[in-house]
Amino acid sequence: MDAVVTAFGMVFNTETLLIIAASSIYGLFVGAVPGLTATMALALLVPLTFFMDPIPALAAMVTTSAMAIFAGDIPGCLLRMPGTAASAAYTDESFAMSRNGHADTALGAGLVFSAIGGLFGTVVLIACAPILAEFALNFTSFEYFWLILLGITCAIAISSDRPLKGGIMLVLGFLVASVGLSNPAAFPRFTGGNTDLMGGIGFLPLLIGMFATSEIIRYALDTKARPPIIDQPIVNVFAGMWRLTVKYPVQIVRGSVLGTVVGALPGAGSDIAAWMSYAVSKKFSKEPEKFGTGHVEGIVESGAANNSALAGAWIPALVFGIPGDTLTAIVIGVLYMKNLNPGPTLFTTNPQNIYAIYILFIFANLIMVPFGWATIKVAKRILAVPRAILMPVILLFCIVGSFAMNNAAFDIGIMLVAGFVAYILEENDFPVAPAILGVVLGPMLEENLVKSMIKSDGHVADFFERPIAGVLGVATLVVWTWPFLRIAIGRLRARQPRSAA
Amino acid sequence: MTTLNVSPLTFGRRTLLAALAGAAVLAAAGPAAAQTWPNRPITMIVPWGAGGGTDATARMIASLLEKQLGVPVPVVNRTGGSGVVGHQAIASAEPDGYTIGIATLEIGGMHHQGLTALTHEAYEPIGLYNSDPAAIFVRADSPYKTAKDLVDAVAKSSDRQFKASGSAQGGVNHLALAGLLKAAGIPTARVAWVPSEGAAPGLQDLAAGGVQIATASLPEAAALMAAGRIRPLAILAPKRDAAAPDVPTLQEAAGLAWSMGSWRGIVAPKGTPAPVVARLQAEVGKAVETADYLNFMKSKGYATGWTPGEGFRAFMVANDKNLGETLTEVGLKK
Repeated sequence: MDAVVTAFGMVFNTETLLIIAASSIYGLFVGAVPGLTATMALALLVPLTFFMDPIPALAAMVTTSAMAIFAGDIPGCLLRMPGTAASAAYTDESFAMSRNGHADTALGAGLVFSAIGGLFGTVVLIACAPILAEFALNFTSFEYFWLILLGITCAIAISSDRPLKGGIMLVLGFLVASVGLSNPAAFPRFTGGNTDLMGGIGFLPLLIGMFATSEIIRYALDTKARPPIIDQPIVNVFAGMWRLTVKYPVQIVRGSVLGTVVGALPGAGSDIAAWMSYAVSKKFSKEPEKFGTGHVEGIVESGAANNSALAGAWIPALVFGIPGDTLTAIVIGVLYMKNLNPGPTLFTTNPQNIYAIYILFIFANLIMVPFGWATIKVAKRILAVPRAILMPVILLFCIVGSFAMNNAAFDIGIMLVAGFVAYILEENDFPVAPAILGVVLGPMLEENLVKSMIKSDGHVADFFERPIAGVLGVATLVVWTWPFLRIAIGRLRARQPRSAA
Repeated sequence: MTTLNVSPLTFGRRTLLAALAGAAVLAAAGPAAAQTWPNRPITMIVPWGAGGGTDATARMIASLLEKQLGVPVPVVNRTGGSGVVGHQAIASAEPDGYTIGIATLEIGGMHHQGLTALTHEAYEPIGLYNSDPAAIFVRADSPYKTAKDLVDAVAKSSDRQFKASGSAQGGVNHLALAGLLKAAGIPTARVAWVPSEGAAPGLQDLAAGGVQIATASLPEAAALMAAGRIRPLAILAPKRDAAAPDVPTLQEAAGLAWSMGSWRGIVAPKGTPAPVVARLQAEVGKAVETADYLNFMKSKGYATGWTPGEGFRAFMVANDKNLGETLTEVGLKK
């Protein structure tokens, strides 16, 4: 109980509250501007967290990401351009609503059900994380090895409609992460004798390059004119929200549950959660024919899903140090930097930190309603900010941010190269998210494989000897061989009636 | 009164000094003469990440130096390459007294491992301010009650039957165990070393039953010891730790003379003018005796002490030799 009181004190003090307010505005702004993603918002925030205490730093991360995911709905509704990838699933729907004159309902549903979904995900986080952590205290390198491998498999299988390209990007991430001395044998790899490369390719410049610089390049090369903003007075955002809650309770719960689960799976975040929820909503709807014509049902469900995914993704991140999505991949980096190394011991050594994270999530989702409302009111002004001014400012932040971590100009070079490479890959339909997961998970996988091999003296059977490791191992192998198993089962089924006949 | 008082008077003096320093910069922007040192900010390079133990101690000392010298002392983290990057950055800096840095145990090992040509000879030693000995741990329910039990069991065991963890391959805790085995006359290859990214994952692996032995410093193990999951058997130091008087030394527990632990000291690039080095020794020596510093180190569980100048140099020479021998023993010397 003392820890809870301490946690409240850590969150509700002037410094943290000011940071929360500032990050809310920052997150809402970045989310609302098309082309500026939630991941970019977090990546550019990391250098600033150097100067913060651990809890304010996490407050900034939690608030910015929650606000940005919601705010992504705004330009989707008014411009038919999703502000973040997480809103892409229902952009057409909400734009159609705006054309029908229901922009306020579309935005209101996005806001209210984002907050509800976010709170639901938080409740699951609070309920599940400590139990999982207790469980994870008994994990050795064998369990971690299988868990990471299973996560990587999910990342490729779910995260994209292009599993092959996703897989290639994941392996590219492995390759980038293998540069330097940070490997179990502390052997210099791919350094060419360069002292800077011995330290490896910095995570932060890589991140900023891949998610921010690449967007700037895309903007610079994009000559298409912006579509006009729908000019429609947005009067009462909250009107009819209670009616929607009563009308669609199943959708809200289903979206929140699916969102949390998808978020918790490594590799799949808010965007996938929203796409899946929208599809589920349409499939089970009583009026599927209305979808796409400006019908609010899908927005209610997937709006809840993308924000609940946010909290869901923190579960594996905090308990195992395995990121649930690209946002938590960044958060994990910040946790290490702040000496709050993720893992089961985080829950036992300093429980007040964990409680503070819970409180931050609840608080961020609650203040999302007033802050979001205000943003909707000024949305047209935000969307009118000239990008010719905005983009150079962001480039400046990219450069300063990359330099800040190590005070090394070398890192600026990494940021630029990563930006160009990410731009070229994305233009050719390679998803970049699996690459960043590869960078985070690759070294973990290698370390746990090497540790396990040393412990087992090279006997593969030991990988299945401990009960949890065995279950995880078999599950991974089943997922891998599933396409073949399905073909085999199909053949067996096909054969049986014939032999019976 | 020798202790540093944090009264408004001090504050006033500090402001005045800062103003004077500013004026000095404007007046004479020529080469830094020892008499006028310091008249501009002194950069302190830390070869390890922000938020870690070395970083925390460096920032504490920097803030105290800032008060004493009246110029800003910004801390710059140059991480990576198992410490090579940051140690190199200190050595390559202009030897004018405006760049100093933290050297850690790794400076004595990295050149033996063929990672760099850099050794402690690239520095002017200012002083050693901390050294945390390693300790040897087993799981709480382990059958080995004393370090002697464990050493005897290892001596009788077959090769690689015992697995141990606690640091990267060739890291301080690996060498701590290897040296222990060598002191006991057991081949170091007898115990398989499972590399880990630092002490915490190694200790967690011990608690979960992945390995039977782990080496780490006492503060690093505090959380799992408090949770009753792991047990210290002995500390690898000549003296017991004041913070944990119940933990015997290796000499007491198993009759073996071997000590090893991580340490941190302040160095300047070679060629830094002697008067500046002397002044730095005096100022840092003063800083590490303030109540602020001592309370901070105590709250974090870090050992305190102060070995300035030539004493520190001799310590680094011995450390280098020790690490070289142990690395040869475990086959990591190149």
